[in-house]
Amino acid sequence: MNFEFSDDQRMLRDQARRFLMDKSPPEVVRQTLETEQTYDRELWRQFGEMGWLGAAIPEEYGGSGLGHLELCVLAEELGRALAPTPFASSIYLGAEALLTAGSEDQKQNYLPDLATGAAIWCLALSEGPHPATLGNITTEVSRGRLSGEKIPVADGDIADWAIVVAREGALAGLYIVDLNGDGVSRQIVNTMDPSRSQARLSFTDAKVEKLGAEGWPMLERIQDRAAVLMAFEQIGGAQACLEMAKEYALGRFAFGRPIAGYQAIKHRLADMYIQIELARSNAYYGAWALSTNAAELPVAAATARVAATEAYNFAARENVQVHGGMGFTWEFNCHLYYRRARQLALVLGSQRRWKDRLIRALERRNAA
Amino acid sequence: MDFTDTPEEAAFRARARSFLSTNAEAKSSGNRNLSTGWNKDQALAAARTWQARKAAAGFAGITMPREYGGQGLPPITQVIYNQEEANYVAPRGVYEIGLGMCIPTMLAYATEEQKIRYAAPAVRGEEIWCQLFSEPAGGSDLAGLRTRAERDGDDWVINGQKIWTSGAQFSDFAILVTRSDFDVPKHKGLTFFFLSMKSPGIEVRPIKQMSGASNFNEVFFNDVRIPDSQRLGAVGDGWKVSLTTLMNERFAVGVAPPPDFDEIFDLVRNTELEDGPALDNAMVRDRLADWYVRQQGLKNAHFRTMTALSRGETPGPESSINKVVSAFKYQEVSFFGMEMQEMLGIVTDPEIVAMDGLFQTGALSSPGYRIAGGTDEILRNIIAERVLGLPQDVRVDKEVAFRDLPTGRE
Repeated sequence: MNFEFSDDQRMLRDQARRFLMDKSPPEVVRQTLETEQTYDRELWRQFGEMGWLGAAIPEEYGGSGLGHLELCVLAEELGRALAPTPFASSIYLGAEALLTAGSEDQKQNYLPDLATGAAIWCLALSEGPHPATLGNITTEVSRGRLSGEKIPVADGDIADWAIVVAREGALAGLYIVDLNGDGVSRQIVNTMDPSRSQARLSFTDAKVEKLGAEGWPMLERIQDRAAVLMAFEQIGGAQACLEMAKEYALGRFAFGRPIAGYQAIKHRLADMYIQIELARSNAYYGAWALSTNAAELPVAAATARVAATEAYNFAARENVQVHGGMGFTWEFNCHLYYRRARQLALVLGSQRRWKDRLIRALERRNAA
Repeated sequence: MDFTDTPEEAAFRARARSFLSTNAEAKSSGNRNLSTGWNKDQALAAARTWQARKAAAGFAGITMPREYGGQGLPPITQVIYNQEEANYVAPRGVYEIGLGMCIPTMLAYATEEQKIRYAAPAVRGEEIWCQLFSEPAGGSDLAGLRTRAERDGDDWVINGQKIWTSGAQFSDFAILVTRSDFDVPKHKGLTFFFLSMKSPGIEVRPIKQMSGASNFNEVFFNDVRIPDSQRLGAVGDGWKVSLTTLMNERFAVGVAPPPDFDEIFDLVRNTELEDGPALDNAMVRDRLADWYVRQQGLKNAHFRTMTALSRGETPGPESSINKVVSAFKYQEVSFFGMEMQEMLGIVTDPEIVAMDGLFQTGALSSPGYRIAGGTDEILRNIIAERVLGLPQDVRVDKEVAFRDLPTGRE
């Protein structure tokens, strides 16, 4: 039994944590809230240099070929530091899509630029307030040209390439679109979490390149992979909330003693800890399934996703509560996590949808 | 990351599997609600036989030193054995307290002669032990206990009452914590003993629980004499000895029993609601997902514990979160299983309702799991204080002589 990260992986985690404490402190995150800047270019460039972006990209495609467990380790630290970069869109979704569905040529063409950070990618799926199901997709590809509208698209304003989910006849497909090419217009939209920008993408006869043959089942496989990685980001964020809340409660005195000594606070923090440990344990299983391409991945990914969303929602919300009035101010950092927790809870689809997906995966496993 | 055993672990697991498959009945959907159909004497006899069989095959006292009748194996092997045994119908609950809490305390504090006399028969299941700790005035606040121990020559004379003692009615021996000094602060006036449950002056009365079952007892002491040679630890050091016992309790009190996700999933798959199969109902699916995620969270946390044990490290958070999560889930799943049976859910007759009344039994048993072995609230305090390092609650009783503490309703 070896259900823990290795010493090397833990060393990578410590390095990443130190680096991000230095380079992605709250002041850097706040730039995305208080200026027009939508991501930290310098941070992004350094992620490429250090081989983080290519952690799970094989060396033959320009990556560092470390592996998915290493990517999980990095994801947790990125979540803890709220790193304002298009990491999730480009790597968890873009690179994973290319690795999972791409042809040899596509991998050769696109992955090297992803690994260095030269190219930013995004996944364009949602088309409005309705659930992103096959039946709800109206964006259409006909004779190699794409038309329709996607909103919101995470990092759609800054991405160079998009993987667009569109309909071609009765079937759904995944299509690579050059966002700097003809027939593409984009508009940034205001969001809950400006540390990850969102856009509206409109396509009018934009040229596309097909990615994989399977369409919807392939999309779900990519989402499963992203769900595990994002669960680590969520856990990193939740853990940061627990630590902030603890720190504050120990230093904040009321009625003559630290509020951390009152059971109303202690039990709340204990509940945060319980949720985070459940989520972490489930995410570890997801990491194992991801890194080994196990048949269990759909169940493991949905389990990791549901637990991590629950834990981060709870920790971010209760962190504000423990901070009292100060937690509700712009000045305190609680809202940065609160915003990120809300964003991550929805960006891959709602909790309701993932719970349903988990039960579907269990039904399938049971039928098998 | 991988889930493979080391070669030694794999060899042990194979040995455990082979023992279990030839000596026990595998679990199936037909033998789920084990509490029905067995009377107490049968259950006790079955437990004795099973313990003896395990001991003969080398699967009892797995982590205990060899010189005291154990196997002297590392903690991971106990976990592996428990995993394998969980797949079989094996009588549990009679020896856990003795081997999990009492004997470890004896091994830490008794004389060499006493260890040799008592440990091995307990491992073989010949002698059963219970733990006389909780009192009407000392539950979560265990150190508030009032059972009095007075020195009389070479003996101590015990008067008072214990409560919530599992297995007292069939136990041969017990460990006991008492108050020997009422004039010092509460934690300083305690003294710890072991004694024969057949000692004159002991009276055991079963407690009838809200479920109707009687798993616990009240134990009364009327001038019970204990030789000083059966004192464990110094006079006044009983709290320190108790902590040794309680450290072991954290590992001994396990996960709540079924129904869990698997049972409710089974029930739901066989249930029709007004608008079709229950499994197609969005609310039902939402609840199922919550329980699955929590069940798997505990299972995966267990893998992390095993990893730590396998590496010879201290286990992680599982021991502190296991019961607080599983006991509440047990209650929720039990309620929901009743809901799924609509009005019939009220009925408890095993031959009428689903799964021999497993959910109804759970509804009436689960409140006890949220209290026994550390209440939900005490466990959250433990996580807050020992894991997160938060301050202790305000204490008004630490510097005051025990006899001067205010007492309310008991």
